[in-house]
Amino acid sequence: MSETRSAKADAHENETETETKSIVLVGVGGQGILLASEILAQAAMLEGYDVKTNEVHGMAQRGGSVMAQIRYGKDVKSPLVARNGAHILGSLEKVEALRFSDYIRPEGLAVVSTQAIMPVTVSTNAASYPTDAQAEDRLNRAFPRLVYIDATKIADNLGDIRAANIVILGAISKGLDLPLAAWEKAISLCVKERFLETNRRAFAAGRNYR
Amino acid sequence: MKRLMSGNEAIARGAFEAGVTVGAGYPGTPSTEILENLVKYKPDVYCEWSPNEKVAFEVAAGAALSGARSIVTMKHVGLNVAADPLMTLSYISVEGGFVACVADDPGMHSSQNEQDTRNYARFAKIPIFEPSDSQEAKDFLILAMQVSEQFKTPAILRTTTRVSHSRSLVEIGERASPGKPVGFAKNPSRFVPIPVWGRPMRVRVEERLKSLQKISESSPVNRIRWRDRNLGIISSSIAYQYAREVWPDASFLKLGMSYPFPDALIREFAAGVSSLLVVEELDDFIEEHVKALGLTCRGRDVVSGIMELSVDRLRSSKARLEGRDAAEPKPSPFSEGLPPRPPVLCPGCPHRGVFYALGKEKVVVTGDIGCYSLGAFPPLNRMDSILCMGAGISMAHGMEKAGEPQKVVGVVGDSTFFHSGITGLLDIAYNHGHSTIIVLDNRTTAMTGHQDHPGTGRTLMGEPTLAVKIENIGRACGISRVNAINPYDLEETRRVISQEIAINEPSLIVSRAPCPLRERKKVGEPRRILAEECKGCEICLGLGCPAIENGEGGPRINETLCAGCGLCQQVCPAEAIVSGVRA
Repeated sequence: MSETRSAKADAHENETETETKSIVLVGVGGQGILLASEILAQAAMLEGYDVKTNEVHGMAQRGGSVMAQIRYGKDVKSPLVARNGAHILGSLEKVEALRFSDYIRPEGLAVVSTQAIMPVTVSTNAASYPTDAQAEDRLNRAFPRLVYIDATKIADNLGDIRAANIVILGAISKGLDLPLAAWEKAISLCVKERFLETNRRAFAAGRNYR
Repeated sequence: MKRLMSGNEAIARGAFEAGVTVGAGYPGTPSTEILENLVKYKPDVYCEWSPNEKVAFEVAAGAALSGARSIVTMKHVGLNVAADPLMTLSYISVEGGFVACVADDPGMHSSQNEQDTRNYARFAKIPIFEPSDSQEAKDFLILAMQVSEQFKTPAILRTTTRVSHSRSLVEIGERASPGKPVGFAKNPSRFVPIPVWGRPMRVRVEERLKSLQKISESSPVNRIRWRDRNLGIISSSIAYQYAREVWPDASFLKLGMSYPFPDALIREFAAGVSSLLVVEELDDFIEEHVKALGLTCRGRDVVSGIMELSVDRLRSSKARLEGRDAAEPKPSPFSEGLPPRPPVLCPGCPHRGVFYALGKEKVVVTGDIGCYSLGAFPPLNRMDSILCMGAGISMAHGMEKAGEPQKVVGVVGDSTFFHSGITGLLDIAYNHGHSTIIVLDNRTTAMTGHQDHPGTGRTLMGEPTLAVKIENIGRACGISRVNAINPYDLEETRRVISQEIAINEPSLIVSRAPCPLRERKKVGEPRRILAEECKGCEICLGLGCPAIENGEGGPRINETLCAGCGLCQQVCPAEAIVSGVRA
């Protein structure tokens, strides 16, 4: 069975490709990247977009570097974000932001947590972790549009240190065209009732940062 | 209604909608979530974790012979374990629909090898379906079930990591009736492949393949989309999604049912374009056939068959195809020299104590597949080989019989022991071996996300059941030296391991402590290092614990990460590590 598509439909499809928004979230296994990814995807879906996401399971989750990718638009093809393809990079750990820095577009927004998590390779003296000053310098050079935010401290002050992922998501939300109502609805759909209030406040804190 | 679903959730939904009543499997990334989602449809569907993929396959096959619709789930290497029943189920045929959902792992994200399951479809002479997103995952499961039942053939639904673990929108449908009532109809010439009946079956398999090819030619899941006729691309699975992003103007032949090959459709497509390119992940399964049809095409010469594809890699392929410079882009200068962050044993992991103790022994350690594979990394460095599930035990025996001058210790996990360790242990007892076998029993299938198994006392359906004791199995196999140890007690762990290695008798050590990640609680009080007592010997760092960080002022323990297992306190010669929070 074959089908023929009109030239008009073809042109439309090429045009929509450029409208697809790509976001990558990175960090260390166990930091809550998957929840942040789920909320983002849900918010885009509520706005009527086609959505594709990808996440890592299994061995890579055991304290290793992890990444979640979210793409939304009229017709999303690949679930993976290409090199230099991300409009936004969100990172829950500063070195991980640098590790995945070539995913971001030159004009892309980077939202990076000041959190440092030492890999075992550092503890065993097989590698060294950059100093705060070195990391900040590199981040500033790697990301012309950088929001460098102590998400862990903000979350801790709100009463749950684990909500740092949602603080970062709040800051990311400012760089996307999804309305606040969609985010709020998405959070209420993805977060368990007893954590809802803290997560709402964490999101607001990230969104209103600076 | 549309819902955002992973490929695995969508397969489960498809099975539910297709009227499946039996699902069996063994956990394996990236396939695990299929059954975890299917069991949510109980009591309409019976689901179980079987001890291994072969058993799971046979459970689903039995259900299908009785007329029920069934699925079996596994990762690519699991199908090797189940290859025996696969090859002959193709002969004896099924009554109810039967679909093996097999997830490949291109790029080896969480696997010991790359394997292309499409080869098994050709090998077993059965149809295979390859979804490229979650909607197709659901639709193709339903289609595979229909084709299976109509032609009485087992079918394979093949996904890859990116299909199984990507989420996309899925239109939800209604559940179909499970079909005719369950009831086995005795028919030896159909179900008993002894040579007199098996030989006619062999002929029927080929006839069935011809009928299936007609479906492959006419099914809308194998479709041509004509656009620019200068380039025609044949593709399947996730590679199709990457390819249409890289070549938005090309004509496509998209194969959703990639075996048996739709020869006429391939010829029609080839005739309609000036040049032909095959874009497929892993083996050149389609390309080889296209060339066997006498058609000229490009493929493996510009698209790599090693590791997973991506839009980036296909852009390089495009450049090569067009004769341009295809140099892979250089990594960002900002990511140079960063400390690597490989996966590690978690803080509080009960396996750590055993590997630390093994580090004090001059032995060869034959390992196995699971979280404890991470014991191969520095600083523990205490696993010397990994082959496949169960091989940790049998290879230890083989080394010993070959005359290996060092003592050999085999290490397997609890779920792996039930999967295929028991027969190896039986072999050691039967054939006068004297290897020391350690079962790292953390009371769960941890690496794949904490699934139950015959030792946990719970079923996938959520019911309590008997908890099989590994020690009892060891004794039943004929091993008389059986010890259970607490891996958080380092002195006991070292003593028992040393003692058992020294003795020339087969020995089974069960190291038992539940996975703290599964229990969702700390092992004990967090530890801290008294800076004034610390001599800076860094012995604690040899444990490879992510909670012990080495800073400029010497090692310190990250309180949030520390699970309170106390191993560091036991290895510290200066007694500088204490429990409890700062006064």
